[in-house]
Amino acid sequence: MARGHLKKVLSLVGLIFLLAGCSQVKTGVLNPQGPVAQKQYDLIIWSVALMSIIFVAVVGIFVFVLVKYRERPDNLDYEPPEQEGSRWLEIIWTVIPVIIVIALAIPTTKTTFELERSPSPEQKPMKIEVTSVDWKWIFRYPEQGIETVNYIKIPANVPIDFELNAVGAMNSFWVPELGGQEYTMPGMTMHLWLEADKPGTYLGRSSNFSGKGFTHMTFRVISQEKEDFNKWISHVKKTAPEQTESDYLKLMKPGNVPEMTYSSYPAVFIKEYEKQQGGEKHHHHH
Amino acid sequence: MDLFNFKKPEHFFVTGEPMIYMADVLIVLTMLGIVFVLTYYKKWRWLWDEWLTTVDHKKIGIMYLISAVLMLFRGGVDAVLMRTQLALPNLKFLNAQHYNEIFTTHGTIMIIFMAMPFIFGLMNIAVPLQIGARDVAFPALNALSFWLFAAGALLFNISFVIGGSPDAGWTSYTPLAGNELDPGPGENYYLLGLQISGIGTLMSGINFLVTILKMRAPGMKLMKMPMFTWSTLITSIIIIFAFPVLTVALALLTMDRLFGAHFFTIAGDGMPMLWANLFWIWGHPEVYIVILPAFGIFSEVISTFARKRLFGYSAMVYSMVAISALSFVVWVHHFFTMGSGPWINSLFSITTMLISIPTGVKIFNWLFTLYKGRIRFTTPMLWTLAFIPTFLVGGITGVMLASAPADYQYHNSYFLISHFHYTLIGGTVFACFAGLIYWWPKMFGFKLNERLGKWSFWIFIIGFNLCFIPMYLIGLKGMPRRIYTYPAGLGWGTWNMIETIGAYLMGIGFAIFVYCIIYSIRHGERDTTGDPWDGRTLEWSTSSPAPEYNFARIPQVNEIDAFWYRKRNKAMKVEESKPLKPIHMPNKTGLPVILSIFMFIAGFGFVFEWHLIGIIGLLGVLGCLAWRSLHEDKGFYIPVDIIQQTEAKWKKVSARGKSITS
Amino acid sequence: MANPSQVDTSKPLEYQSEDGKLKILGIWAFLGAEIVLFATLFATYLSLHGQTAGGPTSQDLFEVKEFMIETILLLTSSFTCGLAVMEMRKGSKKGYLCWMLVTLLLGLGFLVMEINEFATYVSEGAGLSRSAFLSAFFALVGTHGAHVTLGIGWVLLVLYQVYKQGFTPVTARKAFITGLYWHFLDVVWIFIFTAVYLLGMVS
Repeated sequence: MARGHLKKVLSLVGLIFLLAGCSQVKTGVLNPQGPVAQKQYDLIIWSVALMSIIFVAVVGIFVFVLVKYRERPDNLDYEPPEQEGSRWLEIIWTVIPVIIVIALAIPTTKTTFELERSPSPEQKPMKIEVTSVDWKWIFRYPEQGIETVNYIKIPANVPIDFELNAVGAMNSFWVPELGGQEYTMPGMTMHLWLEADKPGTYLGRSSNFSGKGFTHMTFRVISQEKEDFNKWISHVKKTAPEQTESDYLKLMKPGNVPEMTYSSYPAVFIKEYEKQQGGEKHHHHH
Repeated sequence: MDLFNFKKPEHFFVTGEPMIYMADVLIVLTMLGIVFVLTYYKKWRWLWDEWLTTVDHKKIGIMYLISAVLMLFRGGVDAVLMRTQLALPNLKFLNAQHYNEIFTTHGTIMIIFMAMPFIFGLMNIAVPLQIGARDVAFPALNALSFWLFAAGALLFNISFVIGGSPDAGWTSYTPLAGNELDPGPGENYYLLGLQISGIGTLMSGINFLVTILKMRAPGMKLMKMPMFTWSTLITSIIIIFAFPVLTVALALLTMDRLFGAHFFTIAGDGMPMLWANLFWIWGHPEVYIVILPAFGIFSEVISTFARKRLFGYSAMVYSMVAISALSFVVWVHHFFTMGSGPWINSLFSITTMLISIPTGVKIFNWLFTLYKGRIRFTTPMLWTLAFIPTFLVGGITGVMLASAPADYQYHNSYFLISHFHYTLIGGTVFACFAGLIYWWPKMFGFKLNERLGKWSFWIFIIGFNLCFIPMYLIGLKGMPRRIYTYPAGLGWGTWNMIETIGAYLMGIGFAIFVYCIIYSIRHGERDTTGDPWDGRTLEWSTSSPAPEYNFARIPQVNEIDAFWYRKRNKAMKVEESKPLKPIHMPNKTGLPVILSIFMFIAGFGFVFEWHLIGIIGLLGVLGCLAWRSLHEDKGFYIPVDIIQQTEAKWKKVSARGKSITS
Repeated sequence: MANPSQVDTSKPLEYQSEDGKLKILGIWAFLGAEIVLFATLFATYLSLHGQTAGGPTSQDLFEVKEFMIETILLLTSSFTCGLAVMEMRKGSKKGYLCWMLVTLLLGLGFLVMEINEFATYVSEGAGLSRSAFLSAFFALVGTHGAHVTLGIGWVLLVLYQVYKQGFTPVTARKAFITGLYWHFLDVVWIFIFTAVYLLGMVS
């Protein structure tokens, strides 16, 4: 009876994997749209391949012993031998995992270091300052002098150097199709390189829980051809409003906001805001 | 800090939620019901004498298990509520705040107030019996451990009706969990509830360490101990080295919140990241505190139902030692994405991957214990066998997560959620079921019904896989953890629906299990022999349930699987010819309960920042300790004739049982 | 629990009963946990040492004379505590009580100085909530101070029992354990002296 159940479960598991394999359009991590995401995707696929070896070996032995050595009406007088262990077997199942770990550790380390550098060093990178403020994303383009909220446009095939800061809680800046995430932390500036291969729109979001409005803390990343991007910049410069001091302070308050565009931003650095806030708190304590 | 602050918080009783009102009514009704039953049947005295003041490890174990199952229910209800909210896109079943509170309490309860007491319950039941001891080293301290756990759990659990639940996640990351972003009693409940039960846990660690090192039956060398005892020993050492870190972390955040300190605040130059470090320096070993005993349980069950001694016994021990050592040097893998730099990330990637090697050794040793065995598919064995492929999936996804650059994509996503549920449910929860069913006859003298047990097993297992396999996929599709709803059109909906169905199936499986217990109380097969499974270790050599003194004569051990060896070599008779001696036992004491009540009062006071009440509670605790110091327990003796009577009764029942079966 | 009335008279009094052996091993395990506790506080302190938020630094605050006297008081108390346990081994109740009283007085002196030190800092505006550095300072040194305070209360209880009952395997075990605890606090102080005060003066 148990055997029948086991088969049912196994075939169910298989079915789910199968469904997963041919499910809809690929999205997210499995749909890399830039060199950073591609590197991570390759590493993921390599690790899946390595892990499959272990999976198949263990499940194979598992099913074999269960079927072969189950208690049956005809083997009730079988008394199993007392085995202490086997040096050789122990060595085998220690050495093989060691080899697999090495096979994964080397590309892991290599990729870890690669991701610290620009994905396309021959290209001039563009800088975007990202600040998570409960519960919105503020993007400043220091080279262009504009600011957007909850969306960014970037030129395709240009490495983007994201400088990550936070006001309030920690969040995590994640655009799965372009690459893995990095935290935004108050009082500590972080860096993340991303690059898009071609024009397209990708969903980005905070993936680290930061309170009530966290769920809606998403943003769009719109990748464009360079000319289109430049056109957009000059369009913003001409048509979008300037950000006033009071606009800025309003943004610093907790809450979700729609997408916004500003042709300029006040001289005060967002990083400084946090410090001022800290200073005020001090004052408050004394 | 104002000593005479008795300010009522904005909302003392939580209001405005129909579900909370329902819970209020249920709680009051349940309490009235309990009071009525106890009074009607005149059971108050019995409750105090037999349970509240007991220092018997077997009874303490049962109390741990009852609490753990209750907490499994509470944590499970939280899970089902979350899954209901996520079943379809844009549902409005729970709002963001309520959802945040529920995932926070779900995580905290399942780890701290479900898995831990479940494991401690089984340790209490089995370890002294496995090593041929009459109790633990410090029985009153053992009772205190339990009551402190109970006080902490109660404090944490009342938060949802009084004052509001914590809502910053079970990891309680700063600055989110600090006063600026999360004022009010909720987080204080988390900090103080965990603190109080954590002290109890630390004392249990010390207690079991000394018990196992010093109180083993003659002849039981370390390398002849049952594997569950080995896992308990190693776990105790991890507890002693890991829990003080939690104690400090909680205390520092409490100081931040209550007394204006600046450990984790941006203001005052504190470091929010310090919390993440301290939390996970405790938190990762904590994972192994709940998984190593599970490994021990699986080893016992596999060996028993394959009718073979454990394959590679010494490799099993060394691999546990290796895992416990590595568990202290991997904590950064919980925040690869916090910018520790490529060197640190690479280093911690590799240490994390290394854990898979001793774990793999264990898996293969279990497989080769089964090899050439004669495998009986009893319910405890089914849970154990299900563990192997389940934990394998959890383990290999763990290795995938260990690769830092890949983790940038998995981190905070449902991929991670699925990974740790595969390890914690597939490891710890399966072991809790396996262990509970396996040792159930030893606790209560009857077996749980196998047919109902198997139904609950299969429904739970199918539900579990339906619930968690899709999570790997939607994690890769970019769904992050802890969002309370999601828009349609991202391709997440169908998978979420399947997950919810799975969660409900798990709930049904649990319900059947509870029914199985109720059914078996009346109809379960009575265990008259003390050895219902044809066991191998010493706990099966005494009656079921074991007498107060465990063993009339302390057994002599010659081999691994001492009882199996004895059954094969007919050594039983020789032992029984040894003369009986009076047995020295500890007295029961009400002090642990009273001390824990003071601790609860202290915790409750500090939660609301009513410092005077907090201090009164602490003074009460000190008073109890001083009282204990001045009243040394000399214990008492069970006379030989009482032991003879008890043993004769068992022999008679056992003989009758044998004649019926043969 | 092991039987406290079964004794093996070939061993020192505190180790004679099985119960005594268990409890002494238990206290060693407890001290292991205490080491981790203080190590965590040290790590926190060292991480936050420079985080002064524009407030006073360790160099501004610490007075060499003060902490040297504190150190000498506590080190001496550890020495007299050792003498007391030696008296106990000799079976001299009076010797033990005398030396322990001296130990307690020295401990009390240390405590008074430490409380005075803390009060001075607070009055200078350098309290717990001034900066992360000061939070960590008070947490580390204060936790040690709280241990000394509890230790004094504990020793008093044991002294009372020794005074009433003389040395039995039970009271001897208690005296031995409180002695261990006292030495432990002394060792922790040596680390505080080095990592907090000495390093605090130079950097």
